[in-house]
Amino acid sequence: MSKADAAAAILWVGATFYALFGGADFGGGFWDLIAGWDERGQRPRETIQRSLTPVWEANHVWLIFVLVVLWTAFPPAFSAIFSTLYVPIALAALGIVLRGAGFAFRKSLVGLRQRRAMGATFAISSLLTPFFMGTVVGAIAAGNVPAEGNGDAFSSWIQPLPLLIGAMFVATGAYLAAVFLVGDTRRAGDEEMERYFERRALGAAVVAGAFAAAGLFALHSEARYVFDRLTAEGLPLVVLSLLCGAALLLVLLRGGRRLLRPLAAGAVIAVIWGWGVAQFPYLLPTSLRIDQAAAPDPTMTIIFIVFAAAAVVVLPSLALLYTLAQRDLLESEH
Amino acid sequence: MPPLDLLPLAASESNLLAAREQMAFTLGFHIVLSCIGVALPATMLVANYLGLKKGDAHALELAKRWSKAMAVTFAVGAVTGTVLSFEFGLLWPQFEHRFGSVFGIAFAIEGIFFFVEAIFLAVYIYGWKRLKPWAHFWSGVPMVITGIGGAFSVVAANAWMNQPQGFTLNAAGEVVDVEPLKVLFNPATGYETAHMILAAYMVVGFLVASIYAVGMLKGRRDRLHRLGLVIPLTIACLATPVQLFVGDTAAREIAEDQPAKFAAMECIYETGPDQTEYLGGICTEDGVKGAIGIPGLDSFLVGWSTDTEVIGLNHIPDDEEPPAHTLLHLSFDAMVGIGSALMGLALWFGFVWWRRRDIPQTPWFLRAVSISGGAAIVALWCGWIVTEVGRQPWIVNGYMRTSEAVTEAGGIWFAFGLVLLLYAGLGTGAILVLRGMSRRWREQGAENVQSPYAPQAEEAS
Repeated sequence: MSKADAAAAILWVGATFYALFGGADFGGGFWDLIAGWDERGQRPRETIQRSLTPVWEANHVWLIFVLVVLWTAFPPAFSAIFSTLYVPIALAALGIVLRGAGFAFRKSLVGLRQRRAMGATFAISSLLTPFFMGTVVGAIAAGNVPAEGNGDAFSSWIQPLPLLIGAMFVATGAYLAAVFLVGDTRRAGDEEMERYFERRALGAAVVAGAFAAAGLFALHSEARYVFDRLTAEGLPLVVLSLLCGAALLLVLLRGGRRLLRPLAAGAVIAVIWGWGVAQFPYLLPTSLRIDQAAAPDPTMTIIFIVFAAAAVVVLPSLALLYTLAQRDLLESEH
Repeated sequence: MPPLDLLPLAASESNLLAAREQMAFTLGFHIVLSCIGVALPATMLVANYLGLKKGDAHALELAKRWSKAMAVTFAVGAVTGTVLSFEFGLLWPQFEHRFGSVFGIAFAIEGIFFFVEAIFLAVYIYGWKRLKPWAHFWSGVPMVITGIGGAFSVVAANAWMNQPQGFTLNAAGEVVDVEPLKVLFNPATGYETAHMILAAYMVVGFLVASIYAVGMLKGRRDRLHRLGLVIPLTIACLATPVQLFVGDTAAREIAEDQPAKFAAMECIYETGPDQTEYLGGICTEDGVKGAIGIPGLDSFLVGWSTDTEVIGLNHIPDDEEPPAHTLLHLSFDAMVGIGSALMGLALWFGFVWWRRRDIPQTPWFLRAVSISGGAAIVALWCGWIVTEVGRQPWIVNGYMRTSEAVTEAGGIWFAFGLVLLLYAGLGTGAILVLRGMSRRWREQGAENVQSPYAPQAEEAS
């Protein structure tokens, strides 16, 4: 494995964490959005907020990690993506601003109307960001980002595949969030909310699966390189993802709890790495290879050191945060 | 330099202006929040420590309130910081394309600091009730270190743009080798990072103190307000004299390393010794109008002798001359002027405290403190105007022009308008939320303050 490949793997690790934790955050916002306005929505909203509050900021940092590694280790890929897909990227950024602000302000406001307005902002923007990030990923996979950048600002992503992937991102986030929330509510012994999120986890799993299946057809016609490799080298990972998904449905239906989170995470991780395998050795199929976009070796060494530091410092700190949150040692209100 | 200015001039010029304005605006907004992220943790931990050591419920209450306020500013700062990292790609894709592998090094390191700060901030602000008191205190300490480390990394990246080194270009102008240590520790790193970290402590110290000064002027002269004024003001007043020394050093280094910036900010048009130091005024080709001039002082400040030769703008090629000389000059003067006034305030406070262990008992002192926070922020902005506008027309000093870095995307002015609206909402929202918190605390009353730690936790410690 070359240094450039290793850096690409680090990029993928960051993207995986962001998809899992950031994705679940956005999913929480999605369930908040459709929970209903009146008292009906109050309990699920409280449950979501309790789970999200202590961790959402830390979850968000994975995005910064991915951006910084991308522009430092693979500068030409970063500039090609940003100079082509600036419309969906800017809309995703808009969602991030609104979402962060809405979430932060809502906790601190007392008036019901203000809280509602802020809550709505938070929830709607939770939809914007994963959708447009999905279109960015879809456009890259479809080969619509030219290596030299400045590709078409609209036709690069307003295509069936990017739009489908966008929808799949929303559904996947919702699925992850619902599964995580089932785990939280079971631990808290809240049977009503447990069943509430169980139903939604099942629904989201089916919808995400449908988008993924439709996405495969779109891949076939729009992203042939990725499709061919996904159904060859990437096939074991696709199968693994399907198995995880199927097993999760079984566990959910039988009311089990232990394997819920690992299975949900496994299904998502397998897809992300399947995509990585299918794109290899390209960062931008099929115009920019990893080695062509790679920064000089000393820069890669810094990326490795930073990654090692992240593993030694950040992951244990995160583990501490999640443990404290799971043991209810952190408040959700302040 | 390969000629990259092949775009139709009108379009790229228009994008350049819009992109620069947007970058300046979003940075100016973010930098206030990042100062809070860098320096507020230490301020609240001082209060937390005093509270725990002396069993002082007021000090603990202050630490708790500041941490709740920081939850809001940190959340807003996290999103405005994210916007900045998007903007590097959205506004300056060519800059990242050519220099991302160099410029990004410091940012990759900053990412770790920011991550750790976000994690421990969450533990600290949400851990008041249920963590043991000293465990809770220690959970805040990593934030102080990561705040300083993060500020160091980001400002080192900016210092590199002013004093680029540690990379090798091939004939096509591509980076083919990098020396990370030389990138991180470039000639401008020392004074820029020290200047900025001290600025963060000054901004936060004076800002928090000014909030309590306003309360005291309104007649809320309880112990909570007094303590809320004295703790941050002490920190700011300790940072101020060091800052004056660092700033003075920085100016001398800039005179040597970045003569174009120095000439523009001091309005020096002709190279030579015996340069006049101008205070205020408007810079024109025919000299400085309406300024107070002190003959020879500029040369003296640069080299401790009026014979010191200082390079003037006549030695800078026309197409490498920074724009807006008057803006640069007045910004520099405003920064130094405010810094000196804050030094006066620090001396006043320090002297009275030394003699009487109390704050000066005149409303004029509270009035001065109440505007010191705003003044410190203005000085901060002025400093960044000097640094950034003074480097123009370069984005990487001597290597890449800002005009070469800017995006070709359409709709930049539209995006800028949207950003203005969005940030207006963000700023208003943050201020309303913070005011609402402060109102609730006021209604709770200073007399009813109890330890924020849960009783059982306190017994356990």
